[in-house]
Amino acid sequence: MSSSTPNHRTPLFDTHVAAGARMVDFGGWDMPVNYGSQIEEHHAVRRDAGMFDVSHMLIADVTGARVRDYLRYVLANDVAKLKVPGKALYSCMLNDHGGVVDDLIVYFLNDQWFRVVVNAGTRDKDIAWLQRFAPQFGVTIRPRTELAMIAVQGPNARAKASTLLGAHAAAALQLKPFTGAELGKYFVARTGYTGEDGWEIMLPVADVAAFWTALQRAGVAQCGLGARDTLRLEAGMNLYGNDMDENVSPLESGLTWTIAFDPLERDFIGRAALDSQRAAGVPRKLVGLILEERGVLRGHQKVVAAGAGDGELTSGTFSPTLERSIGFARVPAGTGEQVQVDIRGKLLPARVVKYPFVRNGKALV
Amino acid sequence: MSATPADLKFLESHEWARLESDGTVTVGISDHAQRALGDLVFVEVPDVGKALSKGAAAAVVESVKAASDVYSPVSGEVIANNDALGAAPELVNSDPYGQGWLFRIRPANQAEFDQLLNPAAYEKVVADESH
Repeated sequence: MSSSTPNHRTPLFDTHVAAGARMVDFGGWDMPVNYGSQIEEHHAVRRDAGMFDVSHMLIADVTGARVRDYLRYVLANDVAKLKVPGKALYSCMLNDHGGVVDDLIVYFLNDQWFRVVVNAGTRDKDIAWLQRFAPQFGVTIRPRTELAMIAVQGPNARAKASTLLGAHAAAALQLKPFTGAELGKYFVARTGYTGEDGWEIMLPVADVAAFWTALQRAGVAQCGLGARDTLRLEAGMNLYGNDMDENVSPLESGLTWTIAFDPLERDFIGRAALDSQRAAGVPRKLVGLILEERGVLRGHQKVVAAGAGDGELTSGTFSPTLERSIGFARVPAGTGEQVQVDIRGKLLPARVVKYPFVRNGKALV
Repeated sequence: MSATPADLKFLESHEWARLESDGTVTVGISDHAQRALGDLVFVEVPDVGKALSKGAAAAVVESVKAASDVYSPVSGEVIANNDALGAAPELVNSDPYGQGWLFRIRPANQAEFDQLLNPAAYEKVVADESH
């Protein structure tokens, strides 16, 4: 980046540097991409327990008597589905054209208090967007920059991390998937971005370095953004900015399942655009690809779908679990089961598959 | 960190070259380069018989994260490539100056080899890059 302003750092920056992490720019943040072998970090999460510094993501509390009405208007998924305090929902936030402003997790804490977690690279834009519609619903948006966040993920992650929670361990271990709770100074949620069991733990910035070190002592491997990307891709999870953005519809991004079209009378930002797109027919779709020969799928490679037209890879990588290359591609709706990908001028065969590719340590394709 | 072998020469773009006793030149990527790239998962080496000019893109090394071109340090004809990397690209990470070699060239002009950076000059390039 040629920006003259220095990059942001999380409260764990010094910890990462001291651990020998390779630091890279990620959306204006200096973040660890790996601490050694990215593939070993990936396997640690699939087989045991790994942790990620996700303090660059923004936590914001949304409060007010009409907070539910507000979120039912600004989010494309419907927070009316959240009936039990602590329950979480994944949603897109759309613009008027039905493009994706960001994707986020929203937690229902009580009737006047919801919490959202948004991406690092879009945080300023997201807050401005959320603020824009706040006055008409009388809600307050409060960024919680005094909180840091660590994701602990993997089949043994909860057991290992629970040893640090003292009297709150039992309550934390009882949390059901996609549910969170405030436990003393911690907010613990059974969510993540890896396709494995685990928690995302929010805690005061002042405590996070000690907590990270204690997790390491408890046998949780430190993992960087490199492993985070291969894990989320295997798990079939979209990455904002790669797989969708403001100029593309969630219906063409594999996110139709996150749009609550029912009830019909609910008006949400972007609804009219999506309704017309559905009526006219959605021209493209996001599919999973597995490369059938050696090589590596990468974002922006051209996809040739015989008889249907051309498409483009939105994400691609080498899957450490499958030991072959996988990716997502946006292709014409009529694309069949076999395509070709242009890799440095050679057309290589790839198979269209349903994702996720991997869940809970097991290959699904 | 592997020590930089004294008999190697380098390009600023992190390729190494070694003059063999039969006058051929073996090419690979430096220890610094393999660490910067991270775990390699795919290597594309040039076909035997291919004519390369100095500085031309000759091979591709792909880590989990990205693909990078490898440039030929000298002009000449490719006389061998490292088959083992097809099944085991990680050899470039574990042994960049040995089993992780990429290809071998019969150089057209030995002067090109002599003009490459010596290990001390290359280490200075690496040190300057990290500032």
